Amino acid sequence: MAASTDTTADQPTGKAETAKKAGAPARSDGSDAFLSVRDLRVHFSTDDGVVKAVDGLSFDVEKGRTLGIVGESGSGKSVSSLTILGLHNREKTKIEGEIRFDGRELITMPERKLRDLRGRRISMIFQDPLTALSPFYTVGEQIAESYRRHLGANRSDAHARAIEMLDRVGIPNPKTRVNDYPHHFSGGMRQRAMIAMSLVCDPDLLIADEPTTALDVTVQAQILDLLRDLQDEFGTAILFITHDLGVIAQMAHDVLVMYAGRSVEKGTVREVLKNPRHPYTWGLLSSMPNLSGDVDVPLRPVRGTPPSLLAPPPGCPFHPRCDYADVVGGERCRTEPPLLALSEGRGTACHLSAEDKQRIFIDDVRPLLG
Amino acid sequence: MTETISETPAPAPDPAPKSPGEPLLDVRGLVKYFPVKGGGLVRRKMLNVRAVDGIDLSVAAGESVGLVGESGCGKSTTGRLISRLLEPTGGTIHYDGNDITHATRKQIAPIRSQIQMIFQDPYSSLNPRQTVGTIVSSPMEVNGIDPEGGRKKRVQELLERVGLNPEHYNRFPHEFSGGQRQRIGIARALALQPRLIVADEPVSALDVSIQAQVVNLLQGLQRDMGIAFVFIAHDLAVVRHFSQRVAVMYLGKIVEIADRTSLYANPHHPYTHTLLAAVPETDPDKSGNRTRVHAFGDMPSPINPPSGCRFRTRCPKAQDVCANEEPPLIGIDTLLAGHRVACHFPGPLEATAKAEESMPEERIEAALEAGITTDPE
Amino acid sequence: MLRFLVRRLLGVAAILLVVSLITFYLFFAASGEDSVVRLSCGKNCTPEMRETVRHNLGLTKPLLEQYWIFISGIFAGRNIGEKTCNFPCLGYSFANNQNVSHTVADRFPTTVSLAIGAVVLFMTLGIGLGILAAMRRGKKTDKVATGFALLSGSAPIYVLGPLFIYLFVQQLGWMDRPQYHQFTDDPFQWASGLLLPWICLMTIHMAMYVRLTRSTMVDVLSEDYVRTLKAKGLSGRSVYIKHAFRGALSPIVTVLGVDIGVLMSGTIITESTFSLHGIGMLAVTSVTDSDLPMMMGVVVIAASFTMLANLVVDLLYAVIDPRVRLS
Repeated sequence: MAASTDTTADQPTGKAETAKKAGAPARSDGSDAFLSVRDLRVHFSTDDGVVKAVDGLSFDVEKGRTLGIVGESGSGKSVSSLTILGLHNREKTKIEGEIRFDGRELITMPERKLRDLRGRRISMIFQDPLTALSPFYTVGEQIAESYRRHLGANRSDAHARAIEMLDRVGIPNPKTRVNDYPHHFSGGMRQRAMIAMSLVCDPDLLIADEPTTALDVTVQAQILDLLRDLQDEFGTAILFITHDLGVIAQMAHDVLVMYAGRSVEKGTVREVLKNPRHPYTWGLLSSMPNLSGDVDVPLRPVRGTPPSLLAPPPGCPFHPRCDYADVVGGERCRTEPPLLALSEGRGTACHLSAEDKQRIFIDDVRPLLG
Repeated sequence: MTETISETPAPAPDPAPKSPGEPLLDVRGLVKYFPVKGGGLVRRKMLNVRAVDGIDLSVAAGESVGLVGESGCGKSTTGRLISRLLEPTGGTIHYDGNDITHATRKQIAPIRSQIQMIFQDPYSSLNPRQTVGTIVSSPMEVNGIDPEGGRKKRVQELLERVGLNPEHYNRFPHEFSGGQRQRIGIARALALQPRLIVADEPVSALDVSIQAQVVNLLQGLQRDMGIAFVFIAHDLAVVRHFSQRVAVMYLGKIVEIADRTSLYANPHHPYTHTLLAAVPETDPDKSGNRTRVHAFGDMPSPINPPSGCRFRTRCPKAQDVCANEEPPLIGIDTLLAGHRVACHFPGPLEATAKAEESMPEERIEAALEAGITTDPE
Repeated sequence: MLRFLVRRLLGVAAILLVVSLITFYLFFAASGEDSVVRLSCGKNCTPEMRETVRHNLGLTKPLLEQYWIFISGIFAGRNIGEKTCNFPCLGYSFANNQNVSHTVADRFPTTVSLAIGAVVLFMTLGIGLGILAAMRRGKKTDKVATGFALLSGSAPIYVLGPLFIYLFVQQLGWMDRPQYHQFTDDPFQWASGLLLPWICLMTIHMAMYVRLTRSTMVDVLSEDYVRTLKAKGLSGRSVYIKHAFRGALSPIVTVLGVDIGVLMSGTIITESTFSLHGIGMLAVTSVTDSDLPMMMGVVVIAASFTMLANLVVDLLYAVIDPRVRLS
């Protein structure tokens, strides 16, 4: 299994996006989306004031495809994912907008009904597989628990299913390992077990919140390979949340870049990473050192620091750090940028004109990217 | 440490290396074992975590040497041994010609100021109850150094140098963001005009956009002040960017060391191939087109490392000899001088990828199995 | 596991030896032979009686030999004066003309019965209220439960005991004065006779468990893995009881171990409040009677139970938390 060849097969540049990741159906602009988030706002009340963790976020996840949400800490990417499953702290949170899953509204759905969806139709994997698994029960028991809960299987069937799932995610000797506790496993094996647990009921949507951030690169590569294989096999849609554009490049079909609780750019992975159009995306890409290219070109970081979500800057939240605010004319950046057009797949929330974006990217940014 | 430089008999450190050929830092056969309690019904066995198991490394003045490897490879322990925060189990450490391997606090005092450390976590490496001014000036206080114009002026210069507002002298660490806190840590390290900075994952905890700011800052310091760096990181791209020479570590040993150009363009150890192949690149075309060497499983436990070559359990090229003999870290004719590899079958990436294609399924299973940590019992 | 058990049992034995040696020294040597004899002989002591006491207590021999006789007597039995004291011999109380072991064995069922009932009650109610408070934290249930715990925990038993007797026995007449009946004779009488002291003990001990259960469960509920459980769609009951409570068990067991040790060594105030003749009362009477051999026996028994309770707790840690390795 782990030896299987890379599924991001050798496609020459420019070939149809849909062909790139095997098995992914073509995107069809929303009609096929079975998770669609519209103008989501998640505001927490704290002692210091209201934190606008997510402030007007819209996206779709389509069947069999992976939407990558990329952003830095505090961009609201993890909060959005927890909100989808209703796992946020309900008492101190105000949520507005729509989260529709397979035709049903999740925000207003009662907890009891949400519970039937969680783990069954939408499941989730987390960043640190050591703390995300209970130390008190065996790996097998934790996988079987989900299966019994949702499919009403008896103990022995669920146990057999746990072994089958462990085998499926590439854990050697699953018959023995099923009785091990999480602390017996290495980091990579734990994350495999976590994936086995999340897929045991064959869900339609998998939310992966930084699933490889705590892992070493070689193990990360194995986990990404595994997730792609499993997606091909089960046709699961994946909402993949990460801070790492490299991981996005490997995993996602579509990308949404978040900044300060808003989406600033979206498109297919090739559109966003090969032809980015938002100054923040440019900043992210030119900040990253790479493995090829000239080592003497200094990195070009985004200047300044991310804004406080208690009092985000007016208008475009990125404008205080943006190198191109002058091109637009500073005052305009203090007004709301055009929202990402919902009907289209591609878009940026920026005041720059299309020509300016094109020109700046080609002249200023592209030479920096190796 | 109240010892001041003036009180110790050692001569004041020379700002330049003693002779051009002699490295600033020279590490030979460095070993660090951490004892752990093992099982055993009758008598308790003492086992060793072989964190660093015989490494040679030299750093010239003003040079940046990168140490890369995955967690548990011993890179951080090496950094702590070099800066003498840990006592080596074996081997020698020479700094500027002086043997500091087992130097006592008193003996090391004159050069303590020349070797500084920067840590990964900017949250926990600064005392939350001290102001930035106190934090940055404390090394001067401890070493009894009174710079011209006073300590406060010096601290403000340092804050400015690392890109912080010198007026924030009286603020506390929690008033700064992660990137700014790392800058405070850097300012503290610079306070004594060090000649060698051991930077242990200095940017791993930071967001990408901030990470680049800090890398650029460190790069400027290295260039302008001629400070040598031992740069410890798990991110191969950052190391490539920052270090002129790079050593790849695996389970307490250096498996490949070379000039960065040679290492990244022409890696010859299968582990280096695996590591490089695993780095996700932001270009969706490039990541698909690269020759991939897959990693199998996780790193085995350093308590009981595999015999012979330690990478053999996960290596597609492994043969019987790899289990029996440990490969020495040696130069290879076809490579540039200074590019050394510890492998019985060194070769270019394609050879490893080819070996992987014919790797039998049992070997892959075994590699996966070897990485599952089990108790030392 | 076996290794652990052997090592720990040896440790228990060593500590018991030290405890008994110190006690022995304090009782029989520290204050000097004269005062021991004077204490044990009573007010109207004749020289002949003094000699008998000296002989009976074995004070004629060197101290270490006396101690050795005491220890070896526990395992092998011995003769004290003209009395035969069989295994396990804890000595002979000349003050009351009783074999210490027999007296202890006689009093023990009362103490055990008190302890069992109290533990069952305060564990059930304490943990139950604690879980309830954790599940509804910040809400009214939480405040009521923690408030009740605070109130009950601050009531001393010598207030509570007489109050309960006055209220339930004398005023309301719901029950008889507490009395010990053998369980084997009549389980119902056994339970009803001890109900009042049980409730008293429950009331004072429960508070700790409510607060401990609540606070550790609130900690566990903030763990990452609880979020995973919710993401799996588990019901609240599963999350709280099967998982979160499991995580909170270790500290509860720690405190329980201490409490059981204390209860088994005799609840002095409870027993005297309700005039129950358990180990606690025995300790009190042996002190007031200056009955040194009896005191010695009670100390050894109390220490043994405290040690054993702790050993059991350590074993339970490994059962509760698979990460704990016994070594």
